[in-house]
Amino acid sequence: MTLMHKFLGASAALALTAGTAAADPAILFDLGGKFDKSFNESAYNGAERWAQETGGSYAEVEIQSDAQREQAIRRFAESGANPIVMAGFSWATPLAEVAADYPDTKFAIIDMVVDAPNVRSVVFNEHEGSYLVGMMAAMASETGTVSFVGGMDIPLIRKFACGYAQGAKAVNADINVIANMTGTTPAAWNDPVKGSELTLAQISQGSDVVFAAAGGTGVGVLQTAADEDIFSIGVDANQNYLHPGQVLTSMMKRVDNAVYDAMMAGEDLETGFNVMSVANRGVGFAMDANNEPIVSYEMLEATYGAAADMASGELSVHDYTSDESCPALDF
Amino acid sequence: MDVMPKWADVILIPLISILLAAILSALVILAIGENPWEALKLMVDGALGSTYGWGYTLYYATNFIFTGLAVSIAFHARMFNIGGEGQALIGGLGVAIICLFIPWPHWSLALLGATIGAAIFGAAWAAIPAFLQAKRGSHIVITTIMFNFIAAAVLNYFLIGALKAPGMEPATPKFPEATHLPSFQDMFNFGETTFFRGAPANITFFVALAACVALWALIWKTRLGYEIRSFGHSETAAKYAGISPTKIIMVAMLISGALAGMMAINNVQGEAERLVLNAVEGAGFIGIAVALMGRSHPFGVLLAALLFGFLYQGGAELALWTSIPRELIIVIQALVILFTGALDNMVRMPLERLFLSMRRAKQ
Repeated sequence: MTLMHKFLGASAALALTAGTAAADPAILFDLGGKFDKSFNESAYNGAERWAQETGGSYAEVEIQSDAQREQAIRRFAESGANPIVMAGFSWATPLAEVAADYPDTKFAIIDMVVDAPNVRSVVFNEHEGSYLVGMMAAMASETGTVSFVGGMDIPLIRKFACGYAQGAKAVNADINVIANMTGTTPAAWNDPVKGSELTLAQISQGSDVVFAAAGGTGVGVLQTAADEDIFSIGVDANQNYLHPGQVLTSMMKRVDNAVYDAMMAGEDLETGFNVMSVANRGVGFAMDANNEPIVSYEMLEATYGAAADMASGELSVHDYTSDESCPALDF
Repeated sequence: MDVMPKWADVILIPLISILLAAILSALVILAIGENPWEALKLMVDGALGSTYGWGYTLYYATNFIFTGLAVSIAFHARMFNIGGEGQALIGGLGVAIICLFIPWPHWSLALLGATIGAAIFGAAWAAIPAFLQAKRGSHIVITTIMFNFIAAAVLNYFLIGALKAPGMEPATPKFPEATHLPSFQDMFNFGETTFFRGAPANITFFVALAACVALWALIWKTRLGYEIRSFGHSETAAKYAGISPTKIIMVAMLISGALAGMMAINNVQGEAERLVLNAVEGAGFIGIAVALMGRSHPFGVLLAALLFGFLYQGGAELALWTSIPRELIIVIQALVILFTGALDNMVRMPLERLFLSMRRAKQ
């Protein structure tokens, strides 16, 4: 299998370098790399799912530096790849510059909006998904304190924290929500030791459910929560399996669906604004055999009710990035 | 008399080191089932086979020239400045402030202003560890490396606060049009064919070349340079000769910090045209390898920087067109650093023995 994969990859590379206009899709990963167990890996899984189902092959690159962003987009566009999918908000600036030069190529960018006629902008309503897991956290908590561990302190992560706090407070107005960020540099995405320390500190303040939105740092958060016998909540991908029976749920961000959809659409990719929300199952929470015993019927009833209200527009969750403030949480 | 002729020291040893690194890299590529010859061809072709490739190679080289020179001048005073990374980050902050808040009429003035700003900010960042070394004896290696982390935090503070552009990304707004430096594509445009299409190399490369010449003149043609070198060779002798250690440590580190800071006119003003987090991307550390390989001589630094520029751009092409994983490309780059920097003596000692035996045979 891996040999076959390599062969496919190599022949794809050859085809591309030979300059034949093979309309293979291409995917560009962000600096985190495609095996980050989170955002990029989810994108990779979407691309793999597409490759397996269609038998097609795709070009891919993991960049090493910011200067390579524009380079990678241009090189793939010139080689005839179509559509070109890029994972991560940092691609927005280079894409905005490059998109107009390749009007016949379709681009898709995840997590950011680029206004160009040949670009599909996929954004996720993370605040909605976080709201739902916040509700579950509040219902599962016995101490009346729940907590949040973020990765790097950027608006996107505050958006998660804000949705989480709103959901928790919707269930229990008196609940105490503790939020901590791991750090202020990109290293905060991959610091499980610090994640573990923060979790311990939050437990000592009374927290008995912790939500990690911190990339690789979250592995440490979930581990410590399991060791200390409190509930944790995973993020992006379904992380319930990491500690069966101890991960309450995972806030799912279906990056894989977004990539899969874009690749499936091929050259006919519909451009424009594409919101992945609770309504179209772009975000949500994970239920599987691992967390079934610990999630009660009442919890599911309440969260599914809230999800239905969001889908119908009855319930709107405040988005931190819309005005950089949060009614439910102080940073 | 030296054991080896000068040419062997300057050319033969780096060449053998690179060759060894290349052989080892080839074995690594072979081990993961790719063709090393194809990989090499792809690297050479991608980095040097077109003006586009050169545009990237020279862009990276420009970064490495600045940081390499920064480490070199500190080496001459026997200071090990590991803080190039932080100094370049803070230099970027200076560039951003100058480009964003001063309404420049023309890019040439903006370049001058940004260069001065970058140099002052970078030097200021180096000044604190230098002062602590000169006055308190706090080891420069420890303090400069700690200052890298402080710099990253300072930058982050500004990029999620005062200087942040609206939107998700922790970055400044785009600099105004008038501060955009001419890229090679703008400069070498002779009608029909476009050279350096889309490549980030810009006029800063020539600033870097000028910095090489200026630093060479400073080190070998001025009294200050003489003082720095004599201090580097022997602190006690320099003291006896009336050279103030405090002054030399401060001056050498200020120049070093200024040079590292000046890198920001290439990557911040020239390429990104805005300041992003982690803008330096390790060029500060590569500067150490570049200085080691270039024997702390500005011309050597230039050559070494070109080599590393080639490795970066060639590596990017490898990542684009093969399934060699990114981690292995870093391994290849690391092997070159290892062999040219850390394992220098492994090549040097047998070579010295060889030259000695050759000389004995002659006598």
